[in-house]
Amino acid sequence: MSTTPVLQVRELRKHFALRGGVLQRTHAWVRAVDGVSFDVYPRETLGIVGESGCGKSTLARLILRLIEPDAGTVRFDGEDVRGASADRMKRLRRDMQLVFQDPYASLNPRLTIEDAVAFSVLVHGTARGEARERARALLGRVGLDPRLYGRRYPHELSGGQRQRVNIARALVLDPKLLVLDEPVSALDKSVQAQVLNLLADLKAERALTYVFISHDLNVIEYVSDRVLVMYLGEVVETGTADALAQAPKHPYTQALFASAPSLDPEHRLERPPLSGDPPNPINPPSGCRFRTRCAFAMPRCATSAPALRAVGAAHDVACYLYEADAVMEAPAR
Amino acid sequence: MAVTALPRDLDAVVGAPMSYWRTVAWRLGRDPATLVAAAVLALIALSALLAPWLAPYDPSAGSIRLRLAPVGAPAHVLGTDEQGRDMLTRLLWGGRMTLVAGLTPVLVAFVVGTALGVLAGYIGGLTNTLVMRTMDIFYAFPAVLLAIAISGALGPGLPNTLISLSIVFVPRVVRVAESATVQVKSLEYIAAARASGAGVRAIVRHHLLANVLGPILVFASTQVSLSIILAAGLSFLGLGVTPPAAEWGLMLNTLRQSIYVNALVPALPGLAIFITSMAFNLLSDGLRDAMEIRA
Repeated sequence: MSTTPVLQVRELRKHFALRGGVLQRTHAWVRAVDGVSFDVYPRETLGIVGESGCGKSTLARLILRLIEPDAGTVRFDGEDVRGASADRMKRLRRDMQLVFQDPYASLNPRLTIEDAVAFSVLVHGTARGEARERARALLGRVGLDPRLYGRRYPHELSGGQRQRVNIARALVLDPKLLVLDEPVSALDKSVQAQVLNLLADLKAERALTYVFISHDLNVIEYVSDRVLVMYLGEVVETGTADALAQAPKHPYTQALFASAPSLDPEHRLERPPLSGDPPNPINPPSGCRFRTRCAFAMPRCATSAPALRAVGAAHDVACYLYEADAVMEAPAR
Repeated sequence: MAVTALPRDLDAVVGAPMSYWRTVAWRLGRDPATLVAAAVLALIALSALLAPWLAPYDPSAGSIRLRLAPVGAPAHVLGTDEQGRDMLTRLLWGGRMTLVAGLTPVLVAFVVGTALGVLAGYIGGLTNTLVMRTMDIFYAFPAVLLAIAISGALGPGLPNTLISLSIVFVPRVVRVAESATVQVKSLEYIAAARASGAGVRAIVRHHLLANVLGPILVFASTQVSLSIILAAGLSFLGLGVTPPAAEWGLMLNTLRQSIYVNALVPALPGLAIFITSMAFNLLSDGLRDAMEIRA
């Protein structure tokens, strides 16, 4: 793995104000993303997993600066994305692209798919004919023959085909980093596999780096080199995909892996490992946010929040269960 | 990617994809009620346009001897009014006034309202509050009352009628344009366009307008019949077109007292207003149905 990260995210924070009443006064904050830090290295796939509402999609939009963060930094290739001028931002956007979750809402119903893909190129001042040409070439690459589909409208395509168009649109600018926000969640299982294989091929071909967001642990395990587990806007555990799958440390990660449907009858689930909905991010629990659903919660979990600490090579977890070891080791020194 | 030889004219094989507006036109062409309404409107518009050549008499030249001739009178097919002026002539000339007074305000409202509504909806925040609350002030008054109040303040005459009716219709269009914009703005393809580095102007032009103009157009078309009735109503009240010009609402007013002498002739301008606004209503209904295309 290369040493310098392509993407460096530090202490990223976004709280959405809930306004109400005649004066539109803020009466509460939704803590969508609350102090998230991570690195993404060239040509790797970082999987981000978590329940719905844990801030995954907000994080994707923060990375691409589609919404402005409240605090923290995002560095792409060493350049500060948050502080970039409008001109720099336009350049940066060519290098980092986003694939959206909803294959229906993410395509303009009034544009042919060829025009939808070509639009991104046109925006950057390329001549119309060349933009068309590039769009057609890329549509062909993602498996949609431009002669058959180029002049079709989105409503004439299936969900899987639309998602291929979305991928083509994201890739037509030749980005280095692709943020995929639940790219296969809306698709059938068989179509999911096709799209995942396409993404894997494209990644190898174009030396891409992926940030792959999903709530589906099976998908995440399949595509990722490293995984980041999010809970209520915070990172609770991060490590290689293998390490997390074989030895998940955080009680939440353990519960997630335990609840992922297994095809092995020996691994039949006796009882649900996790019950109840995640708490409301408007008023998250004090201390560790997971403590309300955690089987191992201790008194100190309610008073202060555990920080991420290393439990293995490139394996960090934010839980007091593992800090206990450190405390016990301390006197021996 | 294996691109093998495909027939050159693929569209002939799989059926040419139709653009949205072509599909709408195709669907309109297969709707008999809408076609009839459109034909009636075309006839009315054409006869109004060609009034100077079609009308058999001078619209303001009358004769005391020939007052209130009944429908079917020799030389006056539709009779004469209370000053002996030929009714057919005045109906043709009156159509020009009524159509102009009815269509212009909606057209103005469509352009101004769309601009303001899209602006308010896309920018949001304080701009939105300022624009929308200002519109609400006008919206608070009933349409007829507002039109009468403004026309009353400005005085009679065609230009003032156009101004007052435009003020009535702009806020309505702004509302529709703003809500359509806010809804489309939150869709992912707008975010995708932003992610590709597109500026506000490119996004509004290529992604937003194409998706909000439809609903705004449908709404505006429903307002035409109301505008025609309001324009005629203002003239009827003496706040619109002034005599001796021919205008359907004004004709209805001056012929009012003659209804006991000859019931049919005074009813003619009313009938003309009714048919025209009805035809506009049917047309806008058809347009709405034809534009409701969902995948």
